[in-house]
Amino acid sequence: MTAAAAAYVKALDLITRVRGVRGAMLVSAEDGIVVAEQLMEGIKGPAVSALAASLATRLRRAMEAAGVGASLFWHLQAEQGALLVVPTGGAGEAGGTLVVAVAEPDVNVGLVRLELLRAAEVVG
Amino acid sequence: MTTRAVETWTLEPLVKFVKEAGARLVLVMTSAGQVLAQHGFSRAVDVMSAAALGAAIMASTDEMARELRQPAFAALNHQGERHGIFLAGVATGRGRLVALVVYDLDVSSLGLVQLFFEQLAADLQAASPKDTVPKQVLAADFERQLSDSLNTLFGR
Repeated sequence: MTAAAAAYVKALDLITRVRGVRGAMLVSAEDGIVVAEQLMEGIKGPAVSALAASLATRLRRAMEAAGVGASLFWHLQAEQGALLVVPTGGAGEAGGTLVVAVAEPDVNVGLVRLELLRAAEVVG
Repeated sequence: MTTRAVETWTLEPLVKFVKEAGARLVLVMTSAGQVLAQHGFSRAVDVMSAAALGAAIMASTDEMARELRQPAFAALNHQGERHGIFLAGVATGRGRLVALVVYDLDVSSLGLVQLFFEQLAADLQAASPKDTVPKQVLAADFERQLSDSLNTLFGR
């Protein structure tokens, strides 16, 4: 395993250690492909990554249209869980990487956000 | 954009795929390049060229896999500045088919195309006629059959 890959694994590991997090992924924002993942069974990694990247592209355009700059963090709350994302490394423009967490509905969002931002620093 | 099919069982899966994956152009064809359905093409000459080139690429990669003593490659993606091309085989009751997908990077992505292609493959597999022997295209009939197919694909 390369040093970069080991760093990605460690970053994802820190996210998934937060109670209530069911999985974490690094996703290529441009093509929606999984770069690295640590997911519990039953989570469809390729589907989540493709759709999250598609959503990121649309959100970026919405942010641009609204004139509020690049998105820094999103939290989508659903009945049975939540999706939390930090775009990084130019993902606010085009390309870059998304740090994605899939979590239980009652997860500590602040803590997950902190770990996502830390992972984003590692990914660059 | 219109979607048309020579073999009607391909139409519904293709329409669903185009809508979900946000594909710009799609061809579903046999590995010999005989087109069964198309989406987004406006000229017959473009369909013929794309089908011939797509079938040739699949034949080349199949041969490369054979040389490497590997199973055939599942899919091939070529990403350009504004568009991507995705080419993959689908096993159906009608034999092995090839799907050629062109997508705009502004609208879709490789991840989305791959994701919904899996569903397209499953839908085509389920919808395909079972236990049918593909009709042999004789040289004498080739031009007429090609002409008939293009007429169907462009609603003439």
